[in-house]
Amino acid sequence: MGEFNKPFDAIVVGAGPSGNACAYMMAKEGLNVLQIERGEYAGSKNVQGAILYADALEKIIPEFRDEAPLERHVIEQRMWMMDDKSHSGMHYRSDDFNEEKPNRYTILRAQFDKWFSSKVKEAGALVLYETTVTELVKDLSGKVIGVRTDRQGSPIMANVVILAEGVNGLVGQRSGLRNEVSPDSVALAVKEMHFLPRETIEARFNLSGNEGVVIEAMGTITKGMTGTGFLYTNEESISVGIGCIVSDFAETNVTPNELLEAFKNHPSIKPLLADSECKEYAAHLIPEGGYKAIPQLTGAGWIVVGDAGQFVNAVHREGSNLAMTTGRIAAETVVSLTRKREEMTAANLAEYEKRLGQSFVMKDLKKYKGIPELLHKNKGNFFGTYPKLISSAMQTWFRVDGIDKISKEKAIFRNFRETRTLWGMMGDAFKMVRAWR
Amino acid sequence: MAEENKPAPAAGGSRANTKKELPEHFKAYKHVWVAVEIEHGQVHSVSFELLGEGRKLADKRGVELAAVVMGDDRASLDAAAVACFEYGADCVYLAQDPALKHYRNETSTKVLTDIVNTYQPEILLLGATNLGRDLAGSVATTLQTGLTADCTELAIDDEGSLAATRPTFGGSLLCTIFTLNYRPQMATVRPRVLAMPDREEGRTGRIVEFDPKLVEDDVITKVLDFIADRDTDKANLPYADIVVAGGLGLGSAENFQLVKELAEVLGAEYGGSRPLVQKGWITSDRQIGQTGKTIRPKLYIAAGISGAIQHRVGVEGADVIVAINTDPNAPIFEFAHLGIVADAVTLLPALTDAFAARLRVNRLAS
Amino acid sequence: MHIVVCIKQVPDSAQIRVHPVTNTIMRQGVPTIINPYDLFALEEALRLKDRFGATVTVLTMGPPTAAESLRKALTFGADRAVLLTDRYFAGSDTLATSYALSMALLKVAEEFGKPEIIFTGKQTIDGDTAQVGPGIAKRLDYNQLTYIARIVETDTDAGTIKVERRAEGGLQVLESKLPVLITMLEASNEMRRGSIENALIAARAEVVTWNAAAVGIEDLTKCGLRGSPTIVKKVFAPTARTDKAEIVEVDGKVDAKAAALVEAIFAKAPAVEQDLLEHAAHHYV
Repeated sequence: MGEFNKPFDAIVVGAGPSGNACAYMMAKEGLNVLQIERGEYAGSKNVQGAILYADALEKIIPEFRDEAPLERHVIEQRMWMMDDKSHSGMHYRSDDFNEEKPNRYTILRAQFDKWFSSKVKEAGALVLYETTVTELVKDLSGKVIGVRTDRQGSPIMANVVILAEGVNGLVGQRSGLRNEVSPDSVALAVKEMHFLPRETIEARFNLSGNEGVVIEAMGTITKGMTGTGFLYTNEESISVGIGCIVSDFAETNVTPNELLEAFKNHPSIKPLLADSECKEYAAHLIPEGGYKAIPQLTGAGWIVVGDAGQFVNAVHREGSNLAMTTGRIAAETVVSLTRKREEMTAANLAEYEKRLGQSFVMKDLKKYKGIPELLHKNKGNFFGTYPKLISSAMQTWFRVDGIDKISKEKAIFRNFRETRTLWGMMGDAFKMVRAWR
Repeated sequence: MAEENKPAPAAGGSRANTKKELPEHFKAYKHVWVAVEIEHGQVHSVSFELLGEGRKLADKRGVELAAVVMGDDRASLDAAAVACFEYGADCVYLAQDPALKHYRNETSTKVLTDIVNTYQPEILLLGATNLGRDLAGSVATTLQTGLTADCTELAIDDEGSLAATRPTFGGSLLCTIFTLNYRPQMATVRPRVLAMPDREEGRTGRIVEFDPKLVEDDVITKVLDFIADRDTDKANLPYADIVVAGGLGLGSAENFQLVKELAEVLGAEYGGSRPLVQKGWITSDRQIGQTGKTIRPKLYIAAGISGAIQHRVGVEGADVIVAINTDPNAPIFEFAHLGIVADAVTLLPALTDAFAARLRVNRLAS
Repeated sequence: MHIVVCIKQVPDSAQIRVHPVTNTIMRQGVPTIINPYDLFALEEALRLKDRFGATVTVLTMGPPTAAESLRKALTFGADRAVLLTDRYFAGSDTLATSYALSMALLKVAEEFGKPEIIFTGKQTIDGDTAQVGPGIAKRLDYNQLTYIARIVETDTDAGTIKVERRAEGGLQVLESKLPVLITMLEASNEMRRGSIENALIAARAEVVTWNAAAVGIEDLTKCGLRGSPTIVKKVFAPTARTDKAEIVEVDGKVDAKAAALVEAIFAKAPAVEQDLLEHAAHHYV
């Protein structure tokens, strides 16, 4: 068994976007990397669709567009404010997005992760699937020196362990490296895949070729809870889902499934899904706590990347790009230390945090650090009152019924004031602006 | 790669076999045959079902319908021949030999292949039972001909070829398959898929004796014993008339007892869905479904089973499927015949009592 | 002892979708798995390995991606993986498949020693034919033992094997001589979980990959579509059963519901009621 005890340069726990980015970069640089994934294959625990932001992946695999299983590039974004029967909103569609190297794609995570994992193996990393890391092995000084798994046999040693185990990863929690995630800093999203022939999707969303649409929606659809609904077009399917902060679900007793059913049956969404065959249902957790929820990221022999480090920009709905970027930066840190034959001490690994601080990841998260809390504390207004007000204003404005426009304007403002005091509204607006800046 | 219908690579010649161009030496092959399944002197009902269907095919082709019976005991072979005539056969090829006492692949393959080569049928049908599938694969490979397994429908097309329709990809699709340029065209059909034909008492035909020329000492595989299911207390799910099964909806291992109690009153076998085996509530020999047992009972009661496709394919052959589930949208209601939206944990004891009461009352009344 | 287990990578049937217009299988996004029936064969082979120190080779024919399934088989403890892959095999029916596999098995015998036992699963979940195993046995002239519920004993010195075979109404106890081809019955055993060492070996292992030429197939007309006597002429979706379950709706107590359900069951299955009454009469008298 001697050869098994030879320590790896690095062990990566998890094969999602952050773990794959990290394992790929390290293996490509010649490090002896072991990656351990609990799913049957990378992506097997992740059946839903997602948005891929090209930039982050381009920095890792520049030629990814030629090989990765991409569904559609996004040429149109719809932001909807919804009440129970209506939606008002903003659409932005531009032929500029039909560029040679598009910026955003819809993907199916199961296929994308699997492809990414194959790249990791090509780069030379060893990948174990269906294996769960149960605990970290530490030496007497408390430095992490390896992992134990749920398979029979000896522990596996490594100079450094990168935890890319997702938002609810238990290894870091169990080993006391970070706290259990707080229910008010994590969202539970439920998604479904609705299959339709590609011709139907293209006709329904006014698309041609591989063009795609993303709809993001907020309003009464989350029944007063902090959250958003979304819908993406894939090649031959539509991903639809809705997510809310976990602690809100607990307070309201609304189940995620009920919420999704109601969203799918919303008169603005239902026709988009008509006649589709729903095949896959998945629930997953998204860290939404932002900057303030970021745990300790490094220690002696360990680094946290991706969702496990709460790296999600809730305002811009960005996650996988942050995940991949943190994975890449962690890899660069480890590669540089390994090359310099430096120990993976807490002090040396702190370099990772320094590099992160200089990247867009930390800058963006810092910028919006107030927003998650703001939305959550004022959820009644942002997810109930305002959507209803806007809808009713729109309706008053657009309905042609012999009432003059001045009276309509007055009625709209009166309605706003009566529902929510002027001071209250101004306060919310001010808070929003402050959080945004 | 079997059964995938992808285009062949362009290189290396044409796909001549997609058009009917029957080679000269196959043109003499005529008549429709059914290889009759006999075990312990008993003819399997699937053989009669095949004779019923074979009759229609033979009539459409304007040819004879023949049955092949193989065994060691003259009396039971004669009885089988009579039954074959009464179910529609015009002719019976009868092979009697002590080495054919029990079914064995080696002996049956040799005899059936020899009879086929001698008398040259155009169509050869077998039951898609363990015996039929064991035999059909060997015979088709020996004869180097096409075999369509597990058909659900047989027909003759305009060119006179056998059109065999079978499910594929776990029943997601059906495909119709032809063996155009080889003979015989072979197909197997599962029991109870085809209708049982009417028996025409006194109908008769001619018997052709065939000498198998087997020598027991030359046969490698020996039958040492036969352990009949009725002599064991093991789960006998595949052949049970009534099956009661439970799923995760029962909530706990203790509640599985409720399934057993109902099974007891009904004299039924009990089983469960795959997750129960994984949870250790039941042993794997009681797993029903794709990787467990396939059942074909007259009555199947599924309690707290959602009805995923893996379960569905294992129970679809049941005559009457009854589903008990709290979720009215559970997939099991798509293929059950009778359903009730209820919690199995509370309903099962009541159902057990209701059956017990009903059976007691009726017994007194009759 | 050398054992070869033939496995197949299949689409996970629970995830299969049919294109509503073209009636073709939409493979995109459908995960592949080792044919579940093959796992019973593999586990049985591994048990023989445990007992006799046998070497276990897993063999599959399929596209290059089938290597994943082979690698997975190695994580359970198999020793060697062989992939037979060639575009000329595309469209093979059972006869052409058993031809290609038997050629590969001859090559396996030549390279790694003649297998005393070849295992296959009972059938696959996509093709469902149960004919490839018997086809291989016939071509290689191995004694054929299908639907084996239990291997009772294996005597490697005498070259004999005793098995229980599932037959109509009971189990046949058979004794045969090696070499044999065994198709394992479902639920005959439970797949083990490989150790961390197995998993690491599997991750590092090279999959032996052969094409048609490598296994000595010169006559390509015996392969793929051209080597298949059967022709798929039409593929279509089954007409959905329109009659969904008849739902028994009764308000009130659970007893009333149960009574109503019993009535409904007997109305649907009068023969069952008859049988039960006879059974009951027998039982209670």
